Amino acid sequence: MPRRDDIESILIIGSGPIVIGQACEFDYSGTQACRVLKEEGYRVILANSNPATIMTDPEFADATYIEPLEADVLTAIIDRERPDAILPTLGGQTALNLAIELVESGVLDEYGVEMIGASGDAIATAEDRDLFRQAMEEIGLKCAQSGIAHTMDEALGVVEEIGLPVIIRPAYILGGKGTAFAHTTAEFERVAALGLDASPISEILIEKSIKGWKEFELEVMRDHADNCVVICSIENVDAMGVHTGDSITVAPAQTLSDVEYQEMRNAAFACIRRVGVETGGSNVQFAVNPDTGEQIVIEMNPRVSRSSALASKATGFPIAKIAARLAVGYRLDEITNDITKKTPASFEPTIDYVVTKIPRWAFEKLPGASGILGPQMQSVGEAMSIGRTFPESLQKGIRSLEQGRMGLNADPGEGQYQQEADTDLLTSIAVPTAERLFQIGELMRRGVPVDQIHRACDIDDWFLDQMLMIVEERLHLETATLSSLTRMEWRRAKQLGFSDGQLAYLLKEKEANVRLRRLEEGVVTTFKTVDTCAAEFDALTPYHYSTYEDEDEIRPGVRPRMMILGSGPNRIGQGIEFDYCCVHASFALEEAGYETIMVNCNPETVSTDYDTSDRLYFEPLTLEDVLNIIDAEDPVGVIVSLGGQTPLKLASELPPELVCGTAPESIDLAEDRERWNSLCAQLEIPQPPGGTAVTFEEAARICERIGFPALVRPSYVLGGRAMTIVYDLQELEEAMKELTAFAGLGREGGLSADRPVLIDRFLEDAIEVDVDSIRDQTGEFVLGGILEHVEEAGVHSGDSACAIPPPNLSQDTQDVIVEYARQLAERLEVVGLLNVQFAVKQGQVFVIEANPRASRTVPFVAKATGVQLAKVAARVMAGETLEELRELGALPEPIREGHVAVKEAVLPFQRFPDVDTVLGPEMRSTGEVMGIDKTFGLAFAKSQIAAGEGLPTGGTIFFSLADRDKEQGLEAAKGFVALGFVLAATAGTAEFLNSNGVHVETVVAKLSEEGREISAGVDAVELIGAGQVKLVINTPRGRGPRSDGYRIRFASTAHKVPCLTTVAAARAAAVGLEEWMSNPLTVRPLQEFLGLGSSAE
Amino acid sequence: MSQIREGALVLSDGATFEGELIGAEVDVTSGEVVFNTVLSGYQEVITDPSYAGQIINFTYPHIGNYGVSNADVEARRPFCRGIVVRDLARRRSNWRSEGDLESYLMAEGIPGIAGIDTRRLTRHVRENGAMPAAFGSASLDLLVEAAASEPGTEGVDLVSSVTTPQIYEVGQGNFRVVAYDLGIKKSIVDQLSEIATVFVVPAHTSSEEVLELGPHGVFLSNGPGDPMMAGQVVTAIGALLGKVPVFGICLGHQILSLALGGKSYKMKFGHHGGNVPVQNLDTGKIEITSQNHNFAIESGSVPGVTETHVCLNDETLEGLRCNEIPAFSVQYHPEASPGPHDSRYLFQQFADLMTSFHGSIS
Repeated sequence: MPRRDDIESILIIGSGPIVIGQACEFDYSGTQACRVLKEEGYRVILANSNPATIMTDPEFADATYIEPLEADVLTAIIDRERPDAILPTLGGQTALNLAIELVESGVLDEYGVEMIGASGDAIATAEDRDLFRQAMEEIGLKCAQSGIAHTMDEALGVVEEIGLPVIIRPAYILGGKGTAFAHTTAEFERVAALGLDASPISEILIEKSIKGWKEFELEVMRDHADNCVVICSIENVDAMGVHTGDSITVAPAQTLSDVEYQEMRNAAFACIRRVGVETGGSNVQFAVNPDTGEQIVIEMNPRVSRSSALASKATGFPIAKIAARLAVGYRLDEITNDITKKTPASFEPTIDYVVTKIPRWAFEKLPGASGILGPQMQSVGEAMSIGRTFPESLQKGIRSLEQGRMGLNADPGEGQYQQEADTDLLTSIAVPTAERLFQIGELMRRGVPVDQIHRACDIDDWFLDQMLMIVEERLHLETATLSSLTRMEWRRAKQLGFSDGQLAYLLKEKEANVRLRRLEEGVVTTFKTVDTCAAEFDALTPYHYSTYEDEDEIRPGVRPRMMILGSGPNRIGQGIEFDYCCVHASFALEEAGYETIMVNCNPETVSTDYDTSDRLYFEPLTLEDVLNIIDAEDPVGVIVSLGGQTPLKLASELPPELVCGTAPESIDLAEDRERWNSLCAQLEIPQPPGGTAVTFEEAARICERIGFPALVRPSYVLGGRAMTIVYDLQELEEAMKELTAFAGLGREGGLSADRPVLIDRFLEDAIEVDVDSIRDQTGEFVLGGILEHVEEAGVHSGDSACAIPPPNLSQDTQDVIVEYARQLAERLEVVGLLNVQFAVKQGQVFVIEANPRASRTVPFVAKATGVQLAKVAARVMAGETLEELRELGALPEPIREGHVAVKEAVLPFQRFPDVDTVLGPEMRSTGEVMGIDKTFGLAFAKSQIAAGEGLPTGGTIFFSLADRDKEQGLEAAKGFVALGFVLAATAGTAEFLNSNGVHVETVVAKLSEEGREISAGVDAVELIGAGQVKLVINTPRGRGPRSDGYRIRFASTAHKVPCLTTVAAARAAAVGLEEWMSNPLTVRPLQEFLGLGSSAE
Repeated sequence: MSQIREGALVLSDGATFEGELIGAEVDVTSGEVVFNTVLSGYQEVITDPSYAGQIINFTYPHIGNYGVSNADVEARRPFCRGIVVRDLARRRSNWRSEGDLESYLMAEGIPGIAGIDTRRLTRHVRENGAMPAAFGSASLDLLVEAAASEPGTEGVDLVSSVTTPQIYEVGQGNFRVVAYDLGIKKSIVDQLSEIATVFVVPAHTSSEEVLELGPHGVFLSNGPGDPMMAGQVVTAIGALLGKVPVFGICLGHQILSLALGGKSYKMKFGHHGGNVPVQNLDTGKIEITSQNHNFAIESGSVPGVTETHVCLNDETLEGLRCNEIPAFSVQYHPEASPGPHDSRYLFQQFADLMTSFHGSIS
């Protein structure tokens, strides 16, 4: 028997919260692993702090620990569960680092836990830059000329030897964090210092820069019998110098001859063998000198990675699933290829299409970030697209990003480049940014030759020429009219990936007319199949992409089909939570007897696993692409309300009879300020006073009426895009100006000048509350959960910690809240999910907004209460009633007692040191964690530790409070002092605390505008820099980069000192710490909290 | 943009594909259409003499991206009848490139057709088998006629059209190896010449002529078409077996098998690609192999051998070793080019076999 029978239980470590460089691809890989190992009959124990994952659904493991991913916590889990083995290669860098810690601390030995899928030695060889370089040299592979340094002196020594420019890479980091280029000595000293600091072992690798070389990656698998296969080759469109995660990448490699490719393949196998990855997947990155073909190894990851998720989706070969099987003893030839069902997994997939991955960034949400791409990853998500050719794939990829662009220019968005001179554009494209692709397109439109563009940006000629084909076609189309185009011309344009929207722009017609005319010409979409084998064998898995060819491969369905529209690329405000909802809908609807069709373009997700739904369409989520699938599949319904704004924006344009659940009119009703106000008035539900405005003058008139502070936001956006709180007229004017500018750029499809700005009185110090609920077509309403936010109203709900059950709301208040939600659901005729946000001020409940759709908190509520709201909602939308679902056992009573769950947001500030960390109404978190325990304090403490900030258990806490926060801050300060902490504070705060009987040990000097001290003593920045502060509590007063507070927050980010920017969080921390320090750490699986009969031994 | 030459591809069963003609200008070309699934290595494929009589349909849509290079040529000229691609690269990009594919096709007289739904064609061939086809600028009627009268590869002698007219010598190794050129790839000669002085001989060379060269081993190369049409070589090999170690690749494997009394058959659409998993039954290890064959040897049909390799996709016989005499062969291409290098050990195995047969050679 190939399956190992000497182990019975396996602990899988997840990757924790979604952060830049580690996103939902590890939910995808972890979910696959859990599934496979359960199927194989092992007892699966899972540790992951991220409640928004599918893998932490209680049915995916035997014991699911939603606990902080820290060595001591894992030790406690190991102590409780006594697993036979630990599998750390599917949870990203986080899991790998933890595994190393557990090896080094002797925990695995002590408990007799075997590491499978990788060995400590292999991980060390791959991860330690010096060991890796030595290993590669041993097997005759070249690495970049380089040296290792642990101190600045060593670093300077290395650079003297190899010369500038260099790239600096800290050891043991994820997503290239802290990695940077240096061209001058000054620059070198700065980035080397940052790198030494970023590396947990204070080690940096300094490499000779090979900027401009071509970059490739091979996804490799190996089994214990030493069979090695390449799953996928990937070529970066961007040359070396841009992190792979931030590069546009293409599969398969396009510009390597077979001779070179085989050399690279041999090198990759030599590498995985030397490093000693005995089973599983690894990726090996190469740089190739475009002039000589010289190949060097950049790095290898001895684990499943973001690229392996991409490679899996790109080829149909499920790397994580196979890796899990290999880890428990199987050989590649003993595993069947899922897609063909008859050929083995011991082959190399070949494909007959081109896959393009394009990253999506969030610079607009992070003022202060430069927007320049480099060796450190900054993107928050990615879209993948499949086309028969690169031009088609590229244009589909661009429209998949949903950033208001329809393809490679030829759309209204191109206007922004037309004013720039050729020379300016040529200068711009030398610097990699999110705009570069479009700038290149514009240069091509102007006739600037490919050679010149290549010299400016280093992108390979082949890619540029393929882009030129798009531009040439565009120039041709510009001279055409709707009626002049022949069938062949239509087909050629569509084969080059032009969207109907682009054609409408070029032909100066309405998109609907373009579609109509195109279909009349018989140019209809054909769907092809992703089958791992370029059609050599019959594929049984319906995983499709659209193109314009002769033959369509869609097979007729058997059962009625339900289509679920996914949420597209991850972005701040719309991430894994919505993918979770879509996946749940798919599971639930399949249970309800439908054939499920998933449409999505995000390669990181579980939803785009071909196993999740009956049929998968890897397609952009634009109206055109969705209508094409509807035409092909003829579904009975389309679910639009679970994937966030992406599908919701399409709802009103889809055939109304197909839209499941709440009618699009109700969605509009909730969004249309005037109608919403009158609705609330009719129901006598209080709202903060407000109004809508298009101009500053209108806005000013509203503020005159309602008073300051006011909350200003655009309609129809998720994640608090461009939302601000203004305290006076001047700030209002700035905010209005900014909003108009955003609208002008045509960003974020939902934001435009004809959708007005909403202005509301901002309720200071109010408690913000979220409610998730479901109503069915019979009018029955059920509450999912009431979530009380820790941070006060004004901090975006996505960035705020929140708790279930609400720790500070009276039963009366909760009753009022539920009743309001019920009335709103009734009045909006909700069928499915309804999320309502309230603000509670001095016992009075105000409604802020209602969203008849899935909210970000749905998975958290499910994990906290045991009610899988998204599944229930999907079936309710498909026509079942809550009563029916209750009878089927699909709607259990929520568990509301016995534990408290706290969700905490995880913010990306470490990546963007220049961005102010103050929380506000604009959401900036990338992910979330959950802490669950007996009490709020313990759960909150766990959530802080899980979020990576941690809480100190002794030392100095630095306070700097805005005047309005001083009263409340006093309470927190008292708490900390009682726990034995020492306080430091700014003069004003110190005076206040001292006069209220709380002793402040150190009073820091004040800083001038230029950052110079203007009073005597050590200033806060120095104090933090010296490592003397364990926690910073800094609530903002002045704003902007010149304020004192900004420097303090900057210093705490730079030195990784946890920093709380609201007084509410400080109070929660004091409460949490008190309980944390007086209780021993306990861990319990979710199954136990939810009364699911945990099988813990 | 240059003038587009419209054209069509017609299969013998009537299926028609519209496209754009590329490469050498012809009114009609015909051959048996097969598909190849490699992602890179188009030039090696096009110049592999085993494709004599065939039209190659590339499943990967972009062909020509990295241009052409003399180093990637596998024979003195290409012998295929034409190529079918989805998209021919306009601009090539690679430091090794010495020219573009389109010019190469023109210079070598190979016609092509682009803009084809090559996946539809592949699925058609997969479902209906490799079949005669024709394409060109001629009228549809003429193309239909050409496809219908095209004999395909079964029962046709294609080897005589590709074999070397004269014997030639390559390499300076200690072993002397006589290599039957049944359509030999240059990379096989290169691999052999690393272990031996190689005398490449025409397909019609008799066993006596071979023995006169005093070989330590005889090699049987790859080549096009039906092994049953290579009777003369089968006879010659029959006479050499047991006298010198023999190693056969692809058609050479089939010929060895026939000489031993095995049976060949034509496969539905064959194996053409660089990703075929083959298990070495001696070691259990998997080799990812480069393959190109439409005919195969029936498993169990060859007396006196141990079957050493099997294709994991469809259990086709991929290799055998004679039990009593020094001879072995594989159906796939250990020389790769294009394709993985997983199986190059077989050339060393040939050297070892010669050593053990003759004792060490100095």
